[in-house]
Amino acid sequence: MNLLDELEARSIAILREAYFRIAPLAMLWSMGKDSTALLWLVRKAFFGAVPFPVVLLDTEMELPEVYQFRDELAQGWQLDYRSELCPPESSIDPTMQPATRAAARKTAGLRELIAREKYRGIIVGIRRDEQSTRAKERVFSPRVPDGSWDVKRQPAELWDVYHTDVPDGHHLRIHPLLDWTEIDVWRYTLREKIPIVPLYLARDGKRYRSLGEKNITVPIDSHAASIEEIIAELETTRQPERAGRVMDHESEDAFERLRSGGYM
Amino acid sequence: MTTLQVEAQSQLRVVAVGHVDHGKSTLIGRLLHDTGNLADGKVEELRTISERRGAAFEWSFVLDSLQSERDQAVTIDTTRIWMRTPTRDVVLIDAPGHKEFLRNMVTGASDADAALLLVDAFEGVSEQTRRHALLLELIGVKRAVVAINKMDRVGYDAERYLAIRSELEALLERLGIEVTEFVPTCAREGENVVTPATASMPWYDGPPVFAALLALPAKSIERKSALRIAVQGVIRRDLQRIVVGRIESGSLSVGQEIHIAPARRVARIASIEVWPARPKAVAHAGESIGFTLDGPLFVDRGDVISDVLHPPAAATGFRARLLWLGERPLSAGAAYRMRFGTRTAAVEVAAFERVVDIDSLDRGDAQSARMNDVAEVRFISRELLPLDTVSEHPALGRFILLDGLDIVAGGTVLEALDRRSSSDLVPVGHLLDAEARARRNGHHGAVLWFTGLPAAGKSTIAMQVERRLFERGCAAYVLDGDNVRAGLCRDLGFSADDRHENIRRVGEVAALFADAGTIAIAAFISPYRADRAIARRAAGDSFHEIYIKADPALCERRDPKGHYKKARAGELPEFTGITGEYEEPLAAQLVVDTGLLSREAAVDAVLAYVEEHLIAPFRSDLASSDFRI
Repeated sequence: MNLLDELEARSIAILREAYFRIAPLAMLWSMGKDSTALLWLVRKAFFGAVPFPVVLLDTEMELPEVYQFRDELAQGWQLDYRSELCPPESSIDPTMQPATRAAARKTAGLRELIAREKYRGIIVGIRRDEQSTRAKERVFSPRVPDGSWDVKRQPAELWDVYHTDVPDGHHLRIHPLLDWTEIDVWRYTLREKIPIVPLYLARDGKRYRSLGEKNITVPIDSHAASIEEIIAELETTRQPERAGRVMDHESEDAFERLRSGGYM
Repeated sequence: MTTLQVEAQSQLRVVAVGHVDHGKSTLIGRLLHDTGNLADGKVEELRTISERRGAAFEWSFVLDSLQSERDQAVTIDTTRIWMRTPTRDVVLIDAPGHKEFLRNMVTGASDADAALLLVDAFEGVSEQTRRHALLLELIGVKRAVVAINKMDRVGYDAERYLAIRSELEALLERLGIEVTEFVPTCAREGENVVTPATASMPWYDGPPVFAALLALPAKSIERKSALRIAVQGVIRRDLQRIVVGRIESGSLSVGQEIHIAPARRVARIASIEVWPARPKAVAHAGESIGFTLDGPLFVDRGDVISDVLHPPAAATGFRARLLWLGERPLSAGAAYRMRFGTRTAAVEVAAFERVVDIDSLDRGDAQSARMNDVAEVRFISRELLPLDTVSEHPALGRFILLDGLDIVAGGTVLEALDRRSSSDLVPVGHLLDAEARARRNGHHGAVLWFTGLPAAGKSTIAMQVERRLFERGCAAYVLDGDNVRAGLCRDLGFSADDRHENIRRVGEVAALFADAGTIAIAAFISPYRADRAIARRAAGDSFHEIYIKADPALCERRDPKGHYKKARAGELPEFTGITGEYEEPLAAQLVVDTGLLSREAAVDAVLAYVEEHLIAPFRSDLASSDFRI
């Protein structure tokens, strides 16, 4: 087995644990490379089917190419796709900095979704290497009813023996991609021929390395016009992946505060 | 022109452990910086962060990313960071050194292939160093690189390095942890981190930490050991029932016979399913797969799949070593839920054995364990558990304990305790041993297990053998359906479960006869290999499987009790040979074919076997040991 095989096998095992132990269950899909690769892993785990709803926390601010990609895949992969319209920015804490406040709409949307559907498990495609507070996450991460994350009181998580019980009203975030790196996801996408939003590929010297909403994400300078070239670029770059995410840079702890509040 | 590397490199996960102030985060920060693994602008960012706090520049801020961690200059939760090197990717797992955050330390360590253990050269080996070493052993980390850090504080003294090294060497060897290098470092200055510190420590000729990490061997895959799959569940696709799980060890192939625990059923693999690829013929350790079985057998989440000859122990009790994380102390009589593999079971602490003392690594005489203690405990359960020890099957020999919804312990199974001893957890030791009994009797005690089709001749031969052995002065006794069903197994019928239980009891009783020095001759159809394997386990080396073989057609012609006739008429459901399957022994010690041999010749064949294996070796023993008595 090579590294990709090992990562794949572990992610599939995690997805199956979630499915057999937690109900009701849903998965978040942003149409980005990570959650699309995760969706592919779900299909592998369940022999072609996606046995739970797939939800977009929709701010109506995604780029048009992203919505088009969603429509194609939702139909082609026969997804139980659902759109959760996030509350408007005017309803979010006005003391937050602008990009952070825009991003926090997703936190609020997720909170409403969970409260309404009574989900006990939400599968999310975050990775430890993306951001230093995500590096501290658990694979099965318990959340209190308001969705907040108490990073200082996380339970032990030992070997692959997962603790999946939470009190009523609480839920678990399940993170099957936690051990993957950005470059792993691209290598896997290439190997498995997983479709991607074309915005990841360079056009006129620019490409999106991390794909967020259009109001809070900027493209990077790049000439990588194929996945192979993206991999080659990542082999040598010293720029962090989320450099193009405005909200990460508004203050030292901007992202930590977002995540403590329940952001993915 | 960039070279394209599409294939991923191999990966090594290293957990950094040690006392809270001995410099782990600093060493990792330095390691990342000196190997060019920090993103552009990171050092400047950290400098700003340090200045904002009015503190000196801290390498540890690379890893301590939480506000409270930076404010208190302490690692609270485990984190990890990826390091690219020319030969392999290294994932560095930073684990908190503070006692309060031990649960986070073990969380980080449980994912690691090896450890980087730090000791402050000035302060030396502390209680926390020992505790971390003990926990590495419990978690299953078997290899380590040791960094003896802050060498500048002891004037780069080689004697000090050697003293700490020999103290740690002894400690880690006792725990079974192999240390590949002891590296003297000054992490803050980058000495012996990536670059050799030839100026300050010319007396050290080993590699720096970075080279030592790259030289660590890759983890081994459990492909060679016996098959284990913890069943995660069953997925229905069209008419198929696909059993899914990850192969923890061994291999699985289409057509292979497998054992299902704890139900003790045997089935054959019909197909191995993956998507979207075509079905496979064989799958190996580490793979997450699905498979189908050739019969309509009931398999469910929590079951353990193994090969037929090496099933997990079926026990209601076990000894365990654990790390206690609960707020309330652990003591005898307490009940918990235990999760192991994919199974959850109710367990009770039958006996509290000891707290493993951190300082001496010796065993104290405490009667309960408090938070962060490592303890050894005996558990019992009302149900029969499929159990593996951690030394045989690491993945299945590990468990967590839940108290309500809280995780209160992580531990390892040291030893399965069978039913006999689980009801009486302190078995009384005999003052005589098997050799003493054998010397008196002139032969070994043994179980001769006769298996074969109905009417193959088992009982007939058994009775003759018993008589001939008696005449020869041996202690021998036949156990068969007639004398067992009347008493010992009076409560059992002929359902599949009852048949399994019948054979299990006979196996245990026969083992007791053998232990008492008697040659027990058990004559039972015992059609399933799995059941015979259980009987074999009860008697251990004293078990001799003897296949009384006969052609099915011949048996039906003989039919002394008229059973075949009744079965043909549909009056006996599940009659072995007609409506029930008989699984031939794969490696019987003796095969006696009653289609080829006369009754006398068949009896003689068994007697010759007994003479050779049970009497002759012992006779020569007697002759040579006369003067010893």
